[in-house]
Order: sequence, then structure tokens, then C-alpha cells
Amino acid sequence: MSNADKHDHHDHDADEPQALPADGDLHGLLAEYDTPGELVEAARKVRDAGFTEFDCYSPFPVHGIDEAMGIKRTILPVLIFGGGFTGLILGLLLQWWTNAFNWPWNISGKPTWSIPANIPIGFETTILLSVFTTFFGMWTLNKLPQVWHPLFRNERFNRVTDDGFFLGIEAKDRRFDAETTTKLLSDAGAIGIDKIHLDPDPAKKVMPKWIFAVIAATTALALIPFAIAAKARNSKSSEPHIHIFADMDFQPKYKSDVAMDEFADSRANRGNIEGTVSRNPASLKADEAFYYGLEDDPTPAPEGAPVATGPAKRWITGFPKAVDADQRLMDRGKQRFEIYCTPCHGYDGRGAGTVPNRVAQGGGLWQAQNLVDPGKKLITIPNGQLFNTISNGAATMPGYAGQIPHRDRWAIVLYVRALQRAQNASLDDVPADQKGSIR
Amino acid sequence: MSTEDNTVDAGGSHHDDESSHGDIHAPGKAREAFRQVTKDVAWVAEAPKPHKLWLALFGIAVVLTMIGVYCIYVLVTTGIGVWGNSNTVCWAWDITNFVWWIGIGHAGTLISAVLFLTRQSWRTSINRAAEAMTIFAVMCAGLFPLLHTGRPWLAWWMIPHPNDMGMWPQFRSPLMWDVFAVTTYATTSILFWFMGLVPDLATFRDRCSARGQHLRAAIYGVVSLGWRGSARQWHRYERAYLILAGLSTPLVFSVHSVVSFDFATSQLPGWHTTIFPPYFVAGAIFSGFAMVLTLMLPARHIFNLKHIIKQNHIHAMCKILLATGMMVGLAYATEFFIAWYSGNIYEKFAFINRAFGPFWWSYFAMIGCNVLIPQFFWFKKVRENPVLVFILCIFVNIGMWFERFVIIATSLARSYLPGQWSYYSPTRYDVGLFVGTIGLFFTLFLLFFRFLPVIAMSEVKGVMPEAHAGKRH
Repeated sequence: MSNADKHDHHDHDADEPQALPADGDLHGLLAEYDTPGELVEAARKVRDAGFTEFDCYSPFPVHGIDEAMGIKRTILPVLIFGGGFTGLILGLLLQWWTNAFNWPWNISGKPTWSIPANIPIGFETTILLSVFTTFFGMWTLNKLPQVWHPLFRNERFNRVTDDGFFLGIEAKDRRFDAETTTKLLSDAGAIGIDKIHLDPDPAKKVMPKWIFAVIAATTALALIPFAIAAKARNSKSSEPHIHIFADMDFQPKYKSDVAMDEFADSRANRGNIEGTVSRNPASLKADEAFYYGLEDDPTPAPEGAPVATGPAKRWITGFPKAVDADQRLMDRGKQRFEIYCTPCHGYDGRGAGTVPNRVAQGGGLWQAQNLVDPGKKLITIPNGQLFNTISNGAATMPGYAGQIPHRDRWAIVLYVRALQRAQNASLDDVPADQKGSIR
Repeated sequence: MSTEDNTVDAGGSHHDDESSHGDIHAPGKAREAFRQVTKDVAWVAEAPKPHKLWLALFGIAVVLTMIGVYCIYVLVTTGIGVWGNSNTVCWAWDITNFVWWIGIGHAGTLISAVLFLTRQSWRTSINRAAEAMTIFAVMCAGLFPLLHTGRPWLAWWMIPHPNDMGMWPQFRSPLMWDVFAVTTYATTSILFWFMGLVPDLATFRDRCSARGQHLRAAIYGVVSLGWRGSARQWHRYERAYLILAGLSTPLVFSVHSVVSFDFATSQLPGWHTTIFPPYFVAGAIFSGFAMVLTLMLPARHIFNLKHIIKQNHIHAMCKILLATGMMVGLAYATEFFIAWYSGNIYEKFAFINRAFGPFWWSYFAMIGCNVLIPQFFWFKKVRENPVLVFILCIFVNIGMWFERFVIIATSLARSYLPGQWSYYSPTRYDVGLFVGTIGLFFTLFLLFFRFLPVIAMSEVKGVMPEAHAGKRH
């Protein structure tokens, strides 16, 4: 406690009467009582004597004083109910008008107006307006803020927020009489009674004018940004908008038909930076034989090769190193061929698939390519070109790169080669030990 | 403000031990007791020089705040890519911190409103500081979603107003509910707090003018709105206070329910559960009371307020911690039970992953701090040891942070598509901003301690036995 005592310079003796400053008109009388209980009793006596223009002052709300003074219940709760109800209606109306009426907005096919989704905000606006009504309503009904009051001229009244219990009767009460009222307060057990006078200076009776000036000036200054915004909205200008935050309005990015000035060569499409390593070697497609059916060509490049620049290329004639042309690949190729190729080219590769048959039945003229006709160049083109045809298509045939993986395309190439060989074989091609089985 | 029955154990005069209650009717005794309360509270703000420990703490808090300011600068000028958030874990520390701070704030409202309505007069010793804590915590909380928008200067788009984009907020989104709930909550908390402060600010005004400190008196005079303690004013004031308490009570429950809707209305396993609103509210009360104790135990020691914030008040708060701690424990267990009982494989996976997945450490930190640590409060010896209570409360604060992190990060990191799975680790800017808000919170709280009445003097006086002195029964 020593700390508390050391810092307290505030000590009053309540019994000592206090001298008042130079006096103006009499405002009223202020009596001090020792305990909250005595204040309540004094209030009851003053009320019973018929006074109406009186009030009690205490550091905390004294129990029972409302009844003793005859204070009527405040209307505040009714106002708050009104405020809260208004909040509810406004909150719901806001949601309905914006999301269901003014701009119906489909969110995942949910109803634009559904009470459950709109309850939380309706609830919050109810609370918010109730709170505003409570807070501002209470101060308004209490006629606060009122920083100037005649009672503040009395030094004894300083302790009303500390330990003082006061009863004040205003001179404007019709029963007020300086002498008899003093006696009434004194008989009620007052430990001190002061006369409260208004300030003789009329300028100090009310709030000083400069405060109004400050409030007016601040209000005017606060309106300036809105005035500027209103002016901007109602006038035309060739100047670009003011961008306090540039956001993403001015990005260094590629726009069509505009040079990309961010790079010295004005190109937006940048190549790989030197030393780039691929996370997935396959995505580089560096194995040209496997992915494109191509190889470097010491002789002049064939026509139609897809690589426009760089070293000359030609179709490979064998199979890429990544593919083993063995029985497994052959089996795979047969299976894939029968899935993807037979509908047009037929099981034997002669072009008698179900699709051309159907076209012919309808009187159409379109035919599928005969893969095994010795007179056609399909039988002589390099494997790489055949692979390229499967990948990218030719004439009316679409490319199958999207449906058939690279390895399976090579398997099909192998199987097509087998078909071509089988369909155009002579007796010499039959192994010697099986020649006997051929009739 | 209180009934006759509960005035006996109310916070108040330090004479309680020395003088018997019969003396309070003796002339001058009651006023002496009230004067003592004013002195005991006001000296904290009136000391000519701040306490050394206050200065040290304030220095640390300001430095931490500056770290946060720097992180915000980098974040705003660069973009939220400086955080550890990714496409998969799109909500991380930012939302964790938001929910954590909001939850802390709720205890303040609970103490000021719910305990007021239930006539727990012991609340008067801590309600002012707890309400301040609410406001500062909500300020810290609001920062995170605001910054997470990436372009916080466009946050006013969330306020419904006619505009040339022809755009309205989407009111069926829980994120908009959040905007309304949190702003209503912040507004209400500030108004409630300010209203409670006015009579005490008037006390400061009168003490300053009595000592001839005219500038201070003028400042306190303006902010106390010319309060003069009139019975007619007190009458409306008390009505308004009661109604504000009545309004704040459903509000505080709605705010954390709405915060939980941010998660519960999504379809992510681990978020999509109806248990969230009560579970979040219990967690908020739990973490908030822990924070009240974390703040008030040192303050009580430094500012010599042991006779106002009494041991039985600490007992009561520890018991609330114990109860709410078990509530969140029950919620954790229920979540697991439902994950199994629902037969939903995604839900089941989400919870097994929560406990044994890559973030297992955060799950067990949460269980340890929130479920096991509060069990110590069963013991009276523990509740009577302020140092131990303080340490346990720090653990609870940590545990509740982890709870939000567990819910947010573990659920997002392992959602439906394994191709989306990832891990989350914070960057230095995540950590820096969080540390910064802790600094901001303590900076504001220490300023509050230095310049405003830390204990609601008028309320404490109103529940003292002396408030009934001189009554004829």
C-alpha cells in the first residue's frame, strides 16, 4: 500500500466549507452526505417535500435511489427494441435486394434468397443497430456530452467520482428558497452545504465558441475528399485514373501485335535458359528416332521433314534403339492394330474394314488405304515415315499420337511390316522344314 | 448492480481483513473505503514515472511490433507469396492466427457480459482489463484476413455500397458473415468498453484537476463527456449497461459460430462438421480465460492489486479453464468417434491423418496443452500458486494456437486428391507477422495500463459492503 499512498496527493476534509469563485446568478444548492444510505434518505425527504428539480450525485449507482427520488423507468429499452427491429429488417432487405433482386447471382445453383443463409447477417445487423441505439440513445437521453456544468465550479464536487455523495437542488424549482431548502438539506444529515453560482462571465456559461469553430472546420475538412470524388465523377478528363495502388493494371506482359520491349530482341517467347535441366528427360523428347522416327542425315534432307532448322534429317529405316523388335512387340502391335487400325484397314491390312464397307453400302466412294498392296509406296517407305503417318495422319486419316503411346506406335509399325511381308510372300519365304505343310 | 447476498465476497477495500463489517456505518468509514479503492487503482496511471518492468516490457513490445510492421511492408509491396501458403494449404498461419486472436478476445466479452448477467460480482476486478484485451485481440485478429486478401486497400469492397462495377457482396458466403460478425463484434466491444470507462475517466479528470494538472484534466474531461455521476444519468446508464451485456452475450456466441462456419460450411473432410460452432465457442472461452490470467497475474503482482484481484477470483478462472478444457477434449474425442461412426472413409482418413499424418506433432502438442495440462487445475495447491498458473496458462495459449493450426493445415494438406497433397512450412514473414501482432497486443495493453483506469472503480465500489452503508433496514 505504500506505493498507493506515496502517489496520492489528493486529500480532502469534507467538513470544511469551501469558498466559491466570484459569483453570478444562483444555480442551486449542493449538499454532501456521508454514506450512500444517508443520501437515499435525504433524497426521499427532498422528494416528499415536493421538489422536482433536484438530483443526486455519487461515484457509483446507489442502490434504492431511483425509488427514493421517484425516477421513472427510462424509455431506452423501447428505443432499443425499435433499433434492433430496424436492424433486422434492414439487414434482410439489404441481402434480398442486392443478391436476389438487383443482381440475382447464381452461386452453385443455390436459391438467390434463402432464409437460412441470410440469418447470420440479419442477426448481426440486429445486434449492431441495437447496440448503436443503446449507446447513443443513453448518452442522448442523459444530455451528454456536456463538458460545462455549473456544478464543476464547486471544488467539493470534484470528489463525486471518488467518495462524495451529493444532493443538488436547482434554484429554478418553484419550491426553492435559499434558507428553508438549506435547512431541509441540513436536517437530512448533510455534512456540508454549498451554494452553486453560475459563472458571471456570460461567455463561460455555455460551451466556448472556438469549440464549435473546431468542430465546423473538422467537418468541412472531412468533406473535401468526398467533394473531390463527386467532382471527378461528374466531369470529363483525358488524364488517366490516379493509381494510388497500381494493382495489376500495368504489368510487363506480352500483348498481341505489340513489341515485347522488356527483352532486347522484342520476343515474348523465350527459349530455355542455358544450363536448363529437364526434370523429366522424356519431356525433352531428345531421342529423335523414338519420338519422331528421324535421324541425322549426312545427305540432303528429305522433303516434308518436320524439323525446319538445324541439321538435316531423314526417316529411319530400322527401329529406334529404345525399341526391341521382338515377339512381345509383335504381339503388342497385333493387339493395338486390331483395336485402332482394323476398323478402316481391315484385319489383313487390305483396306476392307467395317467403316469402308459401310461407306460402300451407302453408295459412298471413300476407301481405306490398302497397306499391303505391292504397287503402293506404303510398302517401300522407311519405318520412320510410317511411324510419322500413324502419329500425324495422312490424307483423310487422322493422327493417332494422342491415343497411341510412342512404343505402341512402333509396335504397330512392326506388325504392319509383318502383314506386308506375309501378304506378298513367295514359297521361298517359307522355312524349309515347313514347306511340306503347304499344299 | 448486485444483490445483498453477493456483496460479501466482492472485490474491494483492502480493509476487509482488518475491520469488521459492522464498522462500515460509522461516520466517514464508508467514504474512506471508497477513497482507498480510487487511490489503489489510480496510482497505476498517476505514477509520475512508469515502473521499470513496464518500461522494459514496453520496449520489447514495440520492437516486436516493428518486426510485424516490416513484415506487413514486405507482404503488401510483394504479395502474399512471401508467406508459406500454397495452392494446397491456402489458409495457414494467417487464418490460424485470426481464429486464435478472436478466440482470446471472447473471454473479455464473456467476463464483461455473461458474468455480469449471472451476477458474478468478482468479475468487477478484471472486467475492464479483460474488455481491453478483447478489443486489442480483435484488432490483431482483423489484421490477418485483411492482409490475406492480398490487396488490403480494396477491403472496402466488402462493405455493400453502390459502385460503378455493379458489384454487391455475396451474402450467402460465410466469409461475408464473418465480415459482419467481426465488425459488429469489434464495434460493440469498443462501445461497451468505452461506456464502462466513462465514470472512471471522470474520476481521473477530477483527480487531475484537483492536483492542478489542467491539460490532463481537460483531455480526461473531454473523453469522459462531462460525466457527473447524477442518479438520473446512472439510471439510464445502468439500463444501457445491462442491455449491452444482454446483447453482447448472444453476439459473442454468434461471432465464434460464424468463424467456425468458415470451415463447417465447406466440404473438406475435417472441416465439414456440425460440431464446430459449440466446439469453437468452448475453445474461445478456454483460450480467452488463459490469456486473461496470463495478463492479469503479472499485472496483479507489479501493480500491487492483490487485494482487488483476489485469490478466489483466480480460483474461479482456473475452474473455468478446467471445465472448458474438458469441453474441447470432449470435442476432440467426438470428432474421432464421428469419423469412425459415420463410416465415411474420407472423414476417417482425415482424422487418422490428423493424429498420425505428417502434422502429428501439432496434434499431440494440442492434446497435451489443451486436454492434459488443464488437469493440473484439479489441485488447489496448483490454483494457489500464481507462477504455476501463469505457466500452465501459457501452455493453454500455445495449445489453442495449435488447435486452429491442426484444423486448418492438416485438413488442407490432405484433401480428396492425392495429387494435391503437400506439406506446409511457414516462412520468416509468417512468423514475423504473428510475433508482430503479439507485440502490437502488448504495446496497446501496456499503454492501457499506463493511461486508463485498469480496474472498473465505480463497479468495484458498487459491490463493496460499504455501498450499503448508512441504510436503515
